[in-house]
Amino acid sequence: MAAAPAVAADAVLPSLASNAKRGVTPRTRSALLFAGLAVALVAGIVISAGAGQLPVPPHEVWNSLLRGLGLSDAPEALPNTDSALWNIRFPRIAMALLIGAALAMAGTVMQAIFANPLAEPGVVGVSSGAALGAAAAIVLGWTAFGDWVTAVAAFAAGLGATLVVYLASRAGGRTEVVTLVLTGIAINAFAGGALAFLTFIGDTGSREEIVFWQLGSLNGARWPEVAVMLPLVIVAGTAALLLGRTLDLFSLGERGARHLGVRVEAVRIVSIVVVAVLVCSAVAFAGIIAFVGLIVPHLMRMVIGPAHRPLLVASALGGAVLLLFADLAARTMVPMADLPIGMLTSIIGGPFFFWLLRRTRRRSGGWG
Amino acid sequence: MRPAPDAMALTAAGLAVEIDGVRLLDAVDFSATPARVHALIGPNGAGKSTLLAALAGDRAAASGTVHLGGTPVARQSPKALARLRAVLTQEHTVSFPFPVREIVAMGRHPWAGSAAAEHDDREIDAAMAATDVSHLAARTVPSLSGGERARVALARVIAQRTPVLLLDEPTAALDLKHQEDVLRLARDHAAAGATVVVVLHDLNLAAAYADDITLLRHGRVVATGAPADVLTAERIEAVYGQPVEVVPHPRTGVPLVLPVR
Repeated sequence: MAAAPAVAADAVLPSLASNAKRGVTPRTRSALLFAGLAVALVAGIVISAGAGQLPVPPHEVWNSLLRGLGLSDAPEALPNTDSALWNIRFPRIAMALLIGAALAMAGTVMQAIFANPLAEPGVVGVSSGAALGAAAAIVLGWTAFGDWVTAVAAFAAGLGATLVVYLASRAGGRTEVVTLVLTGIAINAFAGGALAFLTFIGDTGSREEIVFWQLGSLNGARWPEVAVMLPLVIVAGTAALLLGRTLDLFSLGERGARHLGVRVEAVRIVSIVVVAVLVCSAVAFAGIIAFVGLIVPHLMRMVIGPAHRPLLVASALGGAVLLLFADLAARTMVPMADLPIGMLTSIIGGPFFFWLLRRTRRRSGGWG
Repeated sequence: MRPAPDAMALTAAGLAVEIDGVRLLDAVDFSATPARVHALIGPNGAGKSTLLAALAGDRAAASGTVHLGGTPVARQSPKALARLRAVLTQEHTVSFPFPVREIVAMGRHPWAGSAAAEHDDREIDAAMAATDVSHLAARTVPSLSGGERARVALARVIAQRTPVLLLDEPTAALDLKHQEDVLRLARDHAAAGATVVVVLHDLNLAAAYADDITLLRHGRVVATGAPADVLTAERIEAVYGQPVEVVPHPRTGVPLVLPVR
């Protein structure tokens, strides 16, 4: 036992030294991050609920929230506040949070099983695959069987696209950047062509719906959609968190993970289903919103490191905050217009992806 | 060095491995016994890594069997295998910038939820000290040199604390001292009862540190036995196509293989 303190000191000293260099301990960094995200989340909800054609001051947002929950019977200060907030803004905010969390977690899981930080549902074509499924359901009239058919078609096509990317882009248990990006180009090209064809043969109503799916928007999000999305995000998100430790081991490559007792095939299948559920439910309700799954996990990883359990939680929060503010911008940037949110995330995400690509290339000394 | 949990033999009988219809191993009989270091040598493409992968349970046999502790590896679950054997592959890439200590800690994953998990911290520290990476604990992998990465990977394998160690070219990226350190470590583990199989290119390292040597060529075993019996000048020249002289070390008597230049 005499040796134990020496070992402990040995293990602590180097980490102390490097913490002194960085100024804060990893634990402090992660506490600061989560506190910052929580503040941004609450602030974002209040600002977003208050902004719009009918401006509502923060305390009125709060009162309306309490009234809706049956916790207050204070009268409305402005007429129509409650109906504007509870029928339109609150469900839209809830949807933005859920979809942001879903996309960011999907990106995190995808990057883990591809063992590549550039994997993202939009980039590799899962989102456009899902959009294609939704568009096919609309144009081919399958929606006659019920509204949920669109979502199911989006899910099936998105799952198919995920499988294709996974099978096509891996070699020796890893995914090279070039292969991944090229596979994404191929799938996006195919889905783009098929969407164009559906747009061409569809009637005016279908065309508008397809355009909505391609550009992405939270316009029209209501409570019933939230009620479908919420359980999906909870179930898939919990599954992702339970896989967290195992996902860490995938960083060693599939062979390395297997040597440590991971049932690689099983984890892979579960992960792909988790990604498909998260992305496809998001696409089914809001269309293609690309790059959230790329930007958010990457930024979070820079702050709290790559361990997947905390990373998934931080990404879910970060994705929710990002989409909340992106949707606020989409609603308010241009007066009297609702910009497509997918357009906004792509305008920001495209250059970000480019920067990441350059960085990855520089680090690995090539396109490996 | 505390004794390994259970002494465990690793054997292959009539083993053949095929990839895409190409036979990489054919009729290989192999046996590694506890408390010994068994070196696999042979020219490039002889099938050393393939044999190691088959022994690890990574590659299915086209025919023949691999037994670990008396049970076919093909019939053991990944988790059971992970508690019996640890594998150092030639690739030491880590996809995300994990700190070194977290990577070594991954070696403890097979023991999660078992009584052995209690010793996680001690095993991790010991493995890092043994491979001389303790001072790198908070560094991330991309900032390490090739040799440092190799030692971190080895530390992870050591931390797994299994009765069988399979090491594929553990000395490849290392400097002189660390090469000797790694093989001394392999010897220590064997002395504590572990079964160690190690792929080596350097015949002199194999001669100096292995109890047994198996020489492979074209996927077949050319010779197996004690270093002095396997490493004869005629055989090495025939297998490698390079004339050599084999002389006993003046002090230790271990065979020294010297290329004729």
